[in-house]
Amino acid sequence: MSDDGERGAPGKGLVQGLAVTLKTMTKRSITQQYPDVEPDLPPRSRGVIALLEENCTVCMLCARECPDWCIYIDSHKEEVVVPGAARARQRNVLDRFDIDFSLCMYCGICIEVCPFDALHWSPEFEYSETDILSLLHDKSRLGDWMRTVPPPPAHDVLGEPSKEEATAARKAAGPGAATAAKTARPAVRRNPPPEQER
Amino acid sequence: MPLWLDLTVRLVAVVAAFLLLPLVVGQAEHKVMAHMQGRVGPMYAGAYHGWAQLVADGVKFVQKEDVAPHGADRRVFRLAPLVALFPYLLVLLAIPLGPGGLVAQTLDVGLFFVLALLGVGVLAVLMSAWASANKYSLLGGLRGAAQLLAYELPLVLSAASVAAAAGTLSLPGIVEAWRPWWLLWQAPAAVVFFIAGLAEIRRPPFDMPIADSELVFGYMTEYTGLRFAFFLLAEYVGIIVIAALTTVLFLGGWHGPFADQLGWLWTLLKVFAVSFVIIWFRVSYPRLREDQLQRVCWLVLVPVALLQLALTAIVKVVS
Repeated sequence: MSDDGERGAPGKGLVQGLAVTLKTMTKRSITQQYPDVEPDLPPRSRGVIALLEENCTVCMLCARECPDWCIYIDSHKEEVVVPGAARARQRNVLDRFDIDFSLCMYCGICIEVCPFDALHWSPEFEYSETDILSLLHDKSRLGDWMRTVPPPPAHDVLGEPSKEEATAARKAAGPGAATAAKTARPAVRRNPPPEQER
Repeated sequence: MPLWLDLTVRLVAVVAAFLLLPLVVGQAEHKVMAHMQGRVGPMYAGAYHGWAQLVADGVKFVQKEDVAPHGADRRVFRLAPLVALFPYLLVLLAIPLGPGGLVAQTLDVGLFFVLALLGVGVLAVLMSAWASANKYSLLGGLRGAAQLLAYELPLVLSAASVAAAAGTLSLPGIVEAWRPWWLLWQAPAAVVFFIAGLAEIRRPPFDMPIADSELVFGYMTEYTGLRFAFFLLAEYVGIIVIAALTTVLFLGGWHGPFADQLGWLWTLLKVFAVSFVIIWFRVSYPRLREDQLQRVCWLVLVPVALLQLALTAIVKVVS
């Protein structure tokens, strides 16, 4: 019987088995009554990808980095005549921005690589469909998700100041006063210079 | 009270207990098992914590088609669920609920009657197994027959011990003669009786004849709809019967504070407590293998029951 050296008195295992189930019974079960009670998700949950169309410059980085190529982008160029400029400028206009959520694996690379913060995570997750084709969200639907995107987290007080802040501080201090490297550490934040009133 | 009214009241009470108590135990099993596994169990049927789940199940079973396999021995096949269910109804007749004749039918040979009826279970198993014309059913049925025949022996021996101690075969008589120190004196018999009873009703960890992971559903494989529901009902009435017999024989039945007024309550409480232990065992233990099952019976339970019988006899003679 005893092929296990740690086995104690006979019947110990039987009692332990009963104890485990009895203990589990007295604990609260972790079942969530999902359709009746909304789940309490962490604030940065990855539910769906939202598109802020105004920020998109059609740089195509997201579509190229997407591991399973589920982002489809079409665009055309428009001439913008700026009064006083020598030449008319060219601007990319987004015609189509679709994400196929039947292919998307929610890696978030597109959101990471977007240089202009046009893509955001939204915690919404209830967008299942009865037809797989309906999982292709076009840009208006992706734009609708923007309403559900939580505000960005506050800046880390111990982190580096943003590039814009650092540049502004350098300009305010005058030419040759400080370089980005000198203002990189949060000395700026801890006791801000009096000129930098925000 | 005229005789016919008396009889009607007793019969109606027994049938009501026969139909109601298994539902309570079944619902308790749903909930207790769920919570022991960190779940919550049925929550929707009946709007309050799924209290009507078994009612809904019953309605579902009634709606299902009553299928008999092509090669089946139809009459035996159809009869088997009733043979499984009916003895338990008769057993309930003899189980005393409280003092002063609160029993459907007082029998001087109550214990003998009850044990004989429990033995009919093996017949239902063999009938359903053979008549299904299915290899899984047959394997399950033969396992069941071997198990039931083997465990009959410790069941009867341990019951004989308490009968010898009380000096009577009448169930109310045994409860009448019961004294609290018997809890210690008859403890081995109580354990043997309870375990053998678990095996008799084929509850886990003794559900080798059903063993759904290897035998589909054993001798119940071919049953559908209402007939399958009868088998399920038989299983839960079986829990009630084994719990009630353990209570009556070993736990003192109606004995407790205010036994004269609240005797029935004590009996019911003890029955439900033992039923809870039966459910608890199901959740906690894995199924015994066929050879382990026979080994436990012949090498542990039978010797313990025989020793208990000798101990009972010695104490009876000495005192």
